[in-house]
Amino acid sequence: MKNDGDRYVLRARGLRKEYGNGEGMVRAVNEVSLDVVSGETVAVMGPSGCGKSTLLYLLGGLDRPTEGELWLAGQRIDQLSERALARLRRSTVGFVFQAFHLMEELTAAENVELPALLAGRSARWARQRASALLEQVGLADRATFLPSALSGGQRQRVAVARALVSEPQVVLADEPTGNLDSHATAEVLWLFEHLRKAGQTLVIVTHDPQIASTADRLITMRDGAFAAETRLTGDRTGNITALVGQARAYEQGA
Amino acid sequence: MGKIRLVARLVSRDLRRRPGPAVLLVLAITAATATLTLGLVLHGVTNQPYQQTRAATNGPDVIAQIDPWQEGGVRVQVGQARIAAEIRTLTHAPGVAGYSGPYPVASALLRVRGLTTGIEAEGRAEGRASIDQPEVVAGTWVRPGGIVLERTFAAALGVGIGNLVSVADRPYRVVGIAVTAAVLPYPNLCFAAYGGCAFDYVGSINLHPNPGLAWLTEPAARSLGSPRAPLSYFLNLKLTDPAAAPAFASRYAMPWPNSPVLAWQTLQAGSGLLVQDEQSVLSPGAWLAALLAAASVAVLAGGRMAERIRRIGLLKAVGATPGMVAVVLLAENVVLALVASATGLAIGWAAGPALASPGAALVGTPGAPALSLSIVGLVVAMAQVVALASVVVSAVRAARTSTVSALADAARRPRRHGTLIGLSRRMPVPLLIGTLLIARRPRRAVLSAASVAVTATGIVSVLAFHTSVRLRSATLSNGLENPVIGRDEQMLVVLTVVLVALATLNAICAAWTTVLDARHSSAVVRALGATPDQVTAGIAAAQVLPAVPGVLLGIPLGIALFDLAAQGAGMTVPTPWSLAAAALGALVGVAALAGIPARVGARRPVSPILQSETA
Ligand SMILES: Nc1ncnc2c1ncn2[C@@H]1O[C@H](COP(=O)(O)OP(=O)(O)OP(=O)(O)O)[C@@H](O)[C@H]1O
Ligand SMILES: [Mg+2]
Repeated sequence: MKNDGDRYVLRARGLRKEYGNGEGMVRAVNEVSLDVVSGETVAVMGPSGCGKSTLLYLLGGLDRPTEGELWLAGQRIDQLSERALARLRRSTVGFVFQAFHLMEELTAAENVELPALLAGRSARWARQRASALLEQVGLADRATFLPSALSGGQRQRVAVARALVSEPQVVLADEPTGNLDSHATAEVLWLFEHLRKAGQTLVIVTHDPQIASTADRLITMRDGAFAAETRLTGDRTGNITALVGQARAYEQGA
Repeated sequence: MGKIRLVARLVSRDLRRRPGPAVLLVLAITAATATLTLGLVLHGVTNQPYQQTRAATNGPDVIAQIDPWQEGGVRVQVGQARIAAEIRTLTHAPGVAGYSGPYPVASALLRVRGLTTGIEAEGRAEGRASIDQPEVVAGTWVRPGGIVLERTFAAALGVGIGNLVSVADRPYRVVGIAVTAAVLPYPNLCFAAYGGCAFDYVGSINLHPNPGLAWLTEPAARSLGSPRAPLSYFLNLKLTDPAAAPAFASRYAMPWPNSPVLAWQTLQAGSGLLVQDEQSVLSPGAWLAALLAAASVAVLAGGRMAERIRRIGLLKAVGATPGMVAVVLLAENVVLALVASATGLAIGWAAGPALASPGAALVGTPGAPALSLSIVGLVVAMAQVVALASVVVSAVRAARTSTVSALADAARRPRRHGTLIGLSRRMPVPLLIGTLLIARRPRRAVLSAASVAVTATGIVSVLAFHTSVRLRSATLSNGLENPVIGRDEQMLVVLTVVLVALATLNAICAAWTTVLDARHSSAVVRALGATPDQVTAGIAAAQVLPAVPGVLLGIPLGIALFDLAAQGAGMTVPTPWSLAAAALGALVGVAALAGIPARVGARRPVSPILQSETA
């Protein structure tokens, strides 16, 4: 039997995040409690400004909650120092952003290597791991390209590869397809589906119902709080597979 | 009218939104203009105190110093009749309006508190002389048993009113301290007995080295003469046309050598020689300072380029004409440069007298030097040129790039230095981050290296100067402190402070722009797991790494610069430990200055940066 610490990659209790104070105070995240078990895929939806991004950043230790308790990989993180948070992030969290946030001056492969190098891995190890991951995301032939020479979908696939390079326990994605057209969305979607099947724990914030429908669980937020939580059945994934098939056919044809 | 108001609004909003770069720009230009002002006013500053002294003492237009020795294979004494005849020729020459003297002058030894030094003792009446009545600045004028010392000489001796000295083994009490416009300040000589004028003269003549000037009563001075050391004479002349003094002096030069006939203009120039060292240090110093200030401005301009181009894109997108865009861009910098040049002028003008004090030889301290209209014009023009140069590149780029690509932030795209990136992969995390930052902006790194090199050049040449001053003559051959050296040292301290202040400003500008530019990258790197300490160290490394070649380059350049400024007076190399200390200090300083803004930046939470930037 696994204990709680192993079973839950993420646990939050009474999480709250406030910006400003007095009259202008904004409660971006309000009394959120959440458990994410290993291997689970959670989608978070909700109207713009309801606090999805803020929640995701709290979960990944990029920001600190105003109140509440938070565990990441069995470790209480809401009180950790900035340095300890960085160390923990390095080994347990991979981020994917709507705006990609790739380094403009680094090639695709160099971008993917970066977290491994920051974690103190050897240059050799980082290179091998990066080329394996680029292969996985279908960009082996684009390894030496700068981000500016890649399409939006390709950039986001590089970002996903980068998020995976240090074998994180959880990948947190903030609207990974928000800047992409339908074709590029399909590319990225296929990738997440692949990850889900491989047992990668995933939390995805999205406006896209198609992405949401691939998740094990769908959480709807409103005004910083959870409004609804739905456990999705497996048979919905069927049409996603079809979509991914379409995308691949398109890519091969092009 | 509406347009002017719009420009004013855009400028004031921009200044309010980003006061930091504006303040740094003003500081950099202020520093440059202050140094320039100083350099310019120092050229004129020395004349004023001499003129004041000349007025206060009714100084001579021409002074003749008549030596009784006729130099030749054998020293032959000139007869008193010959001397009287020469004096008559001078006093009766056409153009002479009046005279005082001849006053007897004796070469003698003065002893006080174990020090022995030569003096030229001029015998004077107790009453006032019509021409060259030395201005008593403390005590009284000569009286029996009393001696009056020239002020720079008294200062070098460390002797004051009431002290007892012995002259030719006879006791005298110091009754007064005075200044004159007829003789050069100590330790520069212009005494007949010493073969005429010798500037910055140290030792070697077989009389008493480095004599100072003193006044005794006439009988006392005469009593010091002996057949072995006969008296010489000072004769002060007033001409109807003071401007004709140099011509008069050369026409009526003494028929025997070593007896100078000097025009007041020569003495004025000679008293200016006291600050000659200062000037020879200050003018390369001013150049270095100007270079540093320009480097700061360039760094700031580079740092704001991206933002400017986007702003231009926005203005064009809402219908501003290229002319309007240019006006908006230029207006802000014109205002900033005006503020900076006014401040710089005021500082340079106020600091001038402190630096150029020509010593105590002349009356009082010089007042604030005159700021001529041309100096003001030159300084303001320089400030405007520097400030405008910093936006011209943006303006040209903006005019060339289309509105769309200006908006799309094309200018902001970093460069890439593949080799450096490759290298960085094998480094520990802080160096990796630092190298990535350098690889991103190689030109800025080159600029940083260059400005560190300029600073190092300045400091090393100051060190070399310091060493050479030490070697030269910290003490005169009579054991007294050389007052010129004291002023040199003071000047070096001031110059070092100016250079270090500018270099500090420059390092802050460079670090600050790097921190701003690296905002997004460091947020990403932190999201990927770098700790704030690693990011701070990385940004500091990005400043220190280019500083290393800068310092190494600055050492030979500094030695060469000093050599050039000293006009081949011999190569002087500062001691290795002082070089090592300076180099280490520079690097530590750069690291510390970069560390502070980096640390502030690294403390900020990552998420707002990532959410607000879409790079
Ligand atoms: N730094 C901040 N200071 C003040 N308020 C903030 C800050 N960051 C976010 N907020 C507020 O917190 C609320 C939640 O923001 P958040 O970015 O999490 O929304 P979101 O659900 O991700 O929206 P979207 O779908 O548009 O990305 C918003 O009302 C926003 O205005
Ligand atoms: Mg969001």
